[in-house]
Amino acid sequence: MIQIDISSKTYPQDHVQTNLCVLQDVHFNIKSGEFCCIVGPSGSGKTTLLNLISGLDKNLKGSILINGEAPTEGAVPGYMFQSSRLMPWLTVRENVTLVLQKGASEERVDDLLHEVGLNDFADVYPKHLSGGMRRRVALARAIITEPPLLLLDEPFLSLDASIANHLRRQLIDICERRSTTVVFVTHDLREALYLADRVLFLSSRPGKIVLDHFVEIQRPRVPEG
Amino acid sequence: MASVVGVLAIWQISVEFVEADVLPAPYLVLRSLIYHTGDGELLFHVGVTLIRVLISFTLAMAFGVTLGIIMGRFKQWDAALDGILVLALNLPALVIIILCYLWFGLGEFAAILAVTINKFPIVVVNMREGARAVDQDLLQVSEVFRLSSRRRLFQVYLPQLYPYLLSSARSGLALVWKIVLVVELLGRSDGVGFKLGIFFQFFDIASILAYSFAFIIVVMAIEYRLIVPLERRLTVWRT
Repeated sequence: MIQIDISSKTYPQDHVQTNLCVLQDVHFNIKSGEFCCIVGPSGSGKTTLLNLISGLDKNLKGSILINGEAPTEGAVPGYMFQSSRLMPWLTVRENVTLVLQKGASEERVDDLLHEVGLNDFADVYPKHLSGGMRRRVALARAIITEPPLLLLDEPFLSLDASIANHLRRQLIDICERRSTTVVFVTHDLREALYLADRVLFLSSRPGKIVLDHFVEIQRPRVPEG
Repeated sequence: MASVVGVLAIWQISVEFVEADVLPAPYLVLRSLIYHTGDGELLFHVGVTLIRVLISFTLAMAFGVTLGIIMGRFKQWDAALDGILVLALNLPALVIIILCYLWFGLGEFAAILAVTINKFPIVVVNMREGARAVDQDLLQVSEVFRLSSRRRLFQVYLPQLYPYLLSSARSGLALVWKIVLVVELLGRSDGVGFKLGIFFQFFDIASILAYSFAFIIVVMAIEYRLIVPLERRLTVWRT
């Protein structure tokens, strides 16, 4: 379970004395195995929220606990950033293998690359991939360790619609099988309703929760229309 | 290859217009080269110089890279040491060499130290630039996935510095070669620099050119056999 109690999250601003407040009074819990989508306009602090949950950013007023521990204490989460952030000097396979523990089965890497449709590109450097392919590598890197918590920052943005739908189905499949807790940031409401058990709506800056909605549509859901 | 032939042709033509003492013909230099190689002297002195180059190059790179990364990463260190760095960059090579010999005697230690001090600040500046340009987004990846410090260093951090490391190594080697010769000329009794000093006193231009060529061949071999393949291996992902 993730307990999020943020009274405020601010950033210092260059050349200005006052701090910029990005999140204010954000309090909610996410149950284990819940697929939770965060929806909100640009600048509402969605990515900031993910950075706080991942433990990358520890600077806040309030607290975030994952199963009672600080974010950097417990299991390693899977994180897919808004940009792919691959190491340009590592091949696709090496980029995914990078986050695996030493001695972990590398066969899984090839299976997973096959699942995201990149098996023919395993030995290629990121430079030669299209933007959409790089995102798929980043997705593979995030889920290869089968993390109990998955943080996804607009993972299917700018992807081909058919590939995106295929990956969404796979994501749901993987997460249901492993009962992964997912925090999924998007500004596409339709995508949120397709994927999530629960959708949280953030207001524009400073982000507050304006609506906490449980999606009670049975799976499999129909993606479009 | 064409450029080598061109230089040889111009040389041969020039020989016709100047005295043989001032510019000996190519075949005379070749004869001198064979002569000096034959008695083993040339190989010995080139070897001695090569060892000095390797030791001072390695020392300058090791200390320069370490300090450069520290200064690029930590602002306090940068602020504290920047003044000394600017001073070291602008000290004439000759001043450093003479002072080292005066303070530490005409020995091997002073010679190596002088070359290392000359090269070291340039490596620091280069590596500091590299450390400042490190991509924080990629470091965040290693942080969030909690990579081991070994992986962080060798798979995420250092690869970003390789281009800077290579350019330091390349420009560094070129500079170290030049300074080692001066150091040998001024205070050692072996090495290519020492021999060039002797030939200078005897106005033996053929031998000077012969030694220079032997030396150039070694430098080119290091460049094409060592540095270029290394560069290709480290930057294969860019092509």
